[in-house]
Amino acid sequence: MNALPHILSLITFLPLVGALVLLVFRASARGEDAAVIDRNAPSVALATSLITFGLSIWALMDFNIADPSFQFVEKADWFGGMSYHLGADGISLSLVVLTTFLMPLCFIASWGVVKKRITEYMVAFLILETLMIGVFFSLDIVLFYIFFEAGLIPMFLIIGVWGGPDRVYAAFKFFLYTLLGSVLMLVAVVAMILTAGTTDMTVLLGFDFPAGMQTWLWLGFFASFAVKMPMWPVHTWLPDAHVQAPTAGSVILAGVLLKMGGYGFIRFSLPMFPDASQMFAPMVFTLSVVAIIYTSLVAFRQTDMKKLIAYSSVAHMGFVTIGIFSMNVIGVQGAMFQMISHGVVSGALFLIVGVIYDRMHTREIAAYGGLASRMPVYATVFMLFTMANVGLPGTSGFIGEFLTMAGGYLVSSWIAFGAAFGVILSAVYALTLYKRVVYGSITNDKLNDITDMVRREVITFSPLVVVTILFGIWPSLVTDLTGPAVEALVEHIAAAAPAVQ
Amino acid sequence: MTSFMSNLSSIGPEFVLTMTALALLVGGAIRGERAGGMINAISVVALLGAAVLGLKSAGADPTQAFGGALILDRLALFAKTAILLSAALVLVIGSGFLKIEKIVKYEYAVLTLLATLGMMVMVSANDLLTLYVGLELQSLALYVLAAFNRSSLRASEAGLKYFVLGALSSGLLLYGMSMIYGFAGTTRFEGIAQAAHLDASVGLIIGVVFVLSGLAFKISAVPFHMWTPDVYQGAPTPVTAFFASAPKFAAITLIARLLLGPFADMMDQWQQVLVALSVLSMTVGYFGAIMQRNIKRLMAYSSIANMGYAMIALAAGSQRGLEALLLYMGLYLITTLGMFACILAMRQSEGMAENIDDLSGLSQSRPGLALSFSLLLFSIAGLPPLAGFFGKLYIFLAAVDGGLLWLAIYGAVLSVVGAFYYLRIVKIMWFDDPAPAFVPSGFVLPLTAGIAAFMMLPGAFWLLPALERWSMAAAASLF
Repeated sequence: MNALPHILSLITFLPLVGALVLLVFRASARGEDAAVIDRNAPSVALATSLITFGLSIWALMDFNIADPSFQFVEKADWFGGMSYHLGADGISLSLVVLTTFLMPLCFIASWGVVKKRITEYMVAFLILETLMIGVFFSLDIVLFYIFFEAGLIPMFLIIGVWGGPDRVYAAFKFFLYTLLGSVLMLVAVVAMILTAGTTDMTVLLGFDFPAGMQTWLWLGFFASFAVKMPMWPVHTWLPDAHVQAPTAGSVILAGVLLKMGGYGFIRFSLPMFPDASQMFAPMVFTLSVVAIIYTSLVAFRQTDMKKLIAYSSVAHMGFVTIGIFSMNVIGVQGAMFQMISHGVVSGALFLIVGVIYDRMHTREIAAYGGLASRMPVYATVFMLFTMANVGLPGTSGFIGEFLTMAGGYLVSSWIAFGAAFGVILSAVYALTLYKRVVYGSITNDKLNDITDMVRREVITFSPLVVVTILFGIWPSLVTDLTGPAVEALVEHIAAAAPAVQ
Repeated sequence: MTSFMSNLSSIGPEFVLTMTALALLVGGAIRGERAGGMINAISVVALLGAAVLGLKSAGADPTQAFGGALILDRLALFAKTAILLSAALVLVIGSGFLKIEKIVKYEYAVLTLLATLGMMVMVSANDLLTLYVGLELQSLALYVLAAFNRSSLRASEAGLKYFVLGALSSGLLLYGMSMIYGFAGTTRFEGIAQAAHLDASVGLIIGVVFVLSGLAFKISAVPFHMWTPDVYQGAPTPVTAFFASAPKFAAITLIARLLLGPFADMMDQWQQVLVALSVLSMTVGYFGAIMQRNIKRLMAYSSIANMGYAMIALAAGSQRGLEALLLYMGLYLITTLGMFACILAMRQSEGMAENIDDLSGLSQSRPGLALSFSLLLFSIAGLPPLAGFFGKLYIFLAAVDGGLLWLAIYGAVLSVVGAFYYLRIVKIMWFDDPAPAFVPSGFVLPLTAGIAAFMMLPGAFWLLPALERWSMAAAASLF
């Protein structure tokens, strides 16, 4: 296909344009018109996100897979030495496609479910999409920071306005936790700019920071990414945020926002501070293994479905950090794969909870049971994603867990040993959840007239099902895309920190 | 004679303000209370005219007037323009309030003009005596303005409190100035600079500390902040808006000129004082605001905290620091005035609403106003992509560059506390159920708030490069 000029800017800012259009129409509408706008807002939002997805696929087609450097680069000077600088490599492009893929599904899932302040809801999600894509495409460190932190504002509003009963607490906890991490990163960014004399990430990636300074910079970035990821013990905001957020909010939170932490480690911590990454890798491994085992056990004891999946997310992110800090090709590739797979699978699981929550308005596991007899299609889909969550071969979950564990094994067999426990424990909690919700006989009388998935829901899940199985049996779809960039990264670390291994 | 004329031409804007204030005083005395609205309008025109005149007559090189008592450089020009514009805006957004509260008096505009005149003298002072004259002219006008609503007990209390504490700070300032004069042998800044360069004697150090204490009172830096919450709450809201904006800018510019000019060689001594003031101000400002129920008190603590932030930049003691300070203060002025426009629009049928809870559910009753207010709050909390973030970024750059890494980290961590209470207002506006709606406030207030909020948006980022360029030019004049 022909290259589209400024395609990265188009992908990034198209959702924002959609949001502004909605906002302007809504602001100028009075009375009757306002209701009309509210009725049409979901279609506008869906169309915008679909076009964005199409554009990102176009970029993917145009993308030269063999080239590890940044492509489609756009650069314009800004003020104060900063620049508007975008570019994509395999790592960022794969995460952007994940984002643009999940976004339309969120809009379909919210169709008719969100009843109050519909236009504002769509606007918030579209703005969030722009900010998330911007995080992955930014090649200027200040621009990156702007996108990274700005995402807090729409998410804060999404949880706080459309969330559950305890939404205010959850929104504040989410916001303040992440902000505290972010401001420490900001100080580190400032120190980097002053030392290197530039905000250009392509220069910073090759800049040799003094080893002593790397330690501090690494810790500053770690504060932010560890919270975002989230790593144990700073994960406690996540279950609260997930439980209170509306379904689509949970999908985006688990599907994309958490990936920003992993992306940050891969893009900043590893290549820019290789010595410090080496030094702190044992700590990260320890925290990851603790996270995998501890949060799996915690997940097992949950009575709220969303909370269970939230804790399972923390455990799965533990695999990602193990893969990243193993700093070998197989581990980092595994981490990338795990992030994308988890984005799809956990997003699907939150949607699955949303399906029955919309019908019964409760997420208590105890309120359900025996759904298989009433909702066969639902039970099948649920089964598939439970298996993907457990990491059954043939689903995408398996590839990610296997590769990250293999990467960890190359560093130390103890890491793989610890992580393997997580695989077993994930089977325990995920299958228990499935059994208690879907199997057995119906004990709750209200479930007797529950209906199976409607067409809208089938449409939502079909792409997720296809992707999960496709990536499970054909993983090179992802690994070929991320491969060259990851290999270049690992080579760079090995060259910069010869002490490795 | 020619030298007198050239002196006069270099204080053109001040001259315009003086003449207008005097003429309006006479006119007001003749026409009585009825002329209040007209006098207000004339004052706004005079302020804007003075700003234009100042910008037009400014030369590229710094000039001195009245034998070196006044200096006209880019820094003074920047500060004067900011002060004049914000004073004019305060008069515009305050006029509706005064009309409804039935306290339209011609003295209000005249006093505002005189206070502005004082600030303009402050920012171009090049001599301790000019400094003092400007500061006192400003302060005396502000004391009266605080107590301007004579029938309100709170306002009278505010005025009295402000006056007594202000007199104390003037005493400190004068004592410090006398020490400096005693040890430097001159009141002229160049002379003091020479003396400080030769020998940073104990007497000079004591003098600087006392002067700094007196000036810290004016920017309500902790521990000289006690008056701020009470005066902010007690004074009529337009007056509070004025307190929070122009005088802060004038005083901090004055401190910058003093410390980076004559006392530049004593940086090791005053830096510690500034760091202490900054840490204390941020701590008290950010934590003190958490429990506030009254929006004006909250704004008082917010301005204390913001001054603490501004002092980080000043403590860096570099050109980069001064540039960051001016950029930050410029953004602070716009944000503060926009926020006060929102606060002035908080009017219920029974009177002004001042409790934060009265904003409950504003996003449903007045979505436009709520959006503007939220954007301004996000901006002052320093969240990207709003302009306030860049103010903070520049301050951090200056601080880390100046070796104040820990101060930058402390400021960054405390900004999370700040974000908490700013967000609490956003939460009340967006998450809570609607309270009784405010009565319509005309178009001036929402428009002002809207424009201020728009200027914080990335779409209006032409503002930032321009502001940065001006700050850079202004900062260069002291180095």
